[in-house]
Amino acid sequence: MKFNAMTAVAALMLAVPGVASAGPDDDTLVINGETEMTTKAPVPAHMEDLPMDQIMSGWHFRSDETQALEMDDFDNPGMIFVDAGIDQWNAVEGSEGNSCASCHEGPDSMTGVRAVYPKWDEEAGEVQTLAMQINDCRENNMGAEPYKYTSGQMANMEALISVQSRGMPVNVAIDGPAKETWEKGKELYYTRTGQLELSCANCHEDNYGMMIRADHLSQGQINGFPTYRLKNAKLNTVHARFKGCVRDTRAETYKPGSDEFVALELYVASRGNGLSVEGPSVRN
Amino acid sequence: MKLSTTLLVAATLTAGAAQAGPVAPGDVEFGEYGEVTESLTGTPGDPENGAKVMKTKSIGNCISCHKVTALNDAPFHGEIGPPLDGAADRWGEAELRGILANAKKTFPGTMMPAYYKVEGFVRPGNAYTGKAAEGELDPLLTAQQIEDVVAFLSTLKYED
Repeated sequence: MKFNAMTAVAALMLAVPGVASAGPDDDTLVINGETEMTTKAPVPAHMEDLPMDQIMSGWHFRSDETQALEMDDFDNPGMIFVDAGIDQWNAVEGSEGNSCASCHEGPDSMTGVRAVYPKWDEEAGEVQTLAMQINDCRENNMGAEPYKYTSGQMANMEALISVQSRGMPVNVAIDGPAKETWEKGKELYYTRTGQLELSCANCHEDNYGMMIRADHLSQGQINGFPTYRLKNAKLNTVHARFKGCVRDTRAETYKPGSDEFVALELYVASRGNGLSVEGPSVRN
Repeated sequence: MKLSTTLLVAATLTAGAAQAGPVAPGDVEFGEYGEVTESLTGTPGDPENGAKVMKTKSIGNCISCHKVTALNDAPFHGEIGPPLDGAADRWGEAELRGILANAKKTFPGTMMPAYYKVEGFVRPGNAYTGKAAEGELDPLLTAQQIEDVVAFLSTLKYED
């Protein structure tokens, strides 16, 4: 009897996330004193059945000190990589004698792009991430070598393109031809992998706001990528982060750029539809 | 040859469970509510080592998810799972052993990993390398470590 009662209590605790003592904070993110960011937004329609009352940027789950680093571009170490991205943007590479600027002029021509990726590419007949589109351009329009998927150069270019959309709402399409990939990503999100048998949802849907050892679990939103992490003092790509998370379940990871991670990126991005594009963000 | 094998088996049986080696992960018998009545080793658990297993990141790392006042010398206790103060008031040894070996038998769908299980995983890896597992997996804790943690948890009683 006592045992059954405890089972019920434990089940209740599992079923009600958000009874945390250390929840997300209520601070407001304004960058450079002028760009007001949407860091909390209504739950997207496709998530309405979930026990969440709003979606939140990972920024809310970090300390005041870490948060402050993202509030001014002179303090944000990620902006150094944006500068490196500008150099790459203007560099002529490959057999065709082109740079990014040859076709696209200034980086500001990329305004709005980050917000809608990953997206269906009609010509390729597949969902493409921003990284895939960058390499598609390099290989086919520049005759240049592709960047390695999670390399520093790729992260720099993603940061440069992301910052052009900073403050715009994430708005990836999940219907039409993208639906199949999105469904696959959703399945992966809920698959418990590895010897620890943990899914993305175990931590980032069921237990966000809670402490796991010294880490404050966020919703696992990716609107802030690429992300400068104090932990490794570099800019981190989404797929590198996915890989680290899956590895930490004691699982065989998927490869960056794999169909699985592309699908997962689309699904996770869609869970942040409505949050501002924040890249390059600062996290710990 | 055959005779000596038979003798060896007979000798092992006579010597009893303590000398027969630990119960293999696949042979653990769970009761109706996920409890495991039999000791996995036949050797009484060492509560002191159980405490060490619970607070050491590279071993059990239980405090990653559970608060335990008696382990406050180790920093940063998590809050994913229920606090374990008074655990022995709520659960007997068999229940504790079962929850540690495979908590999903007691709490279906729980996030808690199974610490004495070696099969039935999706994409099992080679520890934390991100690479595929090679050969048979070891359980997350040894049979004796499970017994040690059971012994430690059995000391967690509220004073009355």
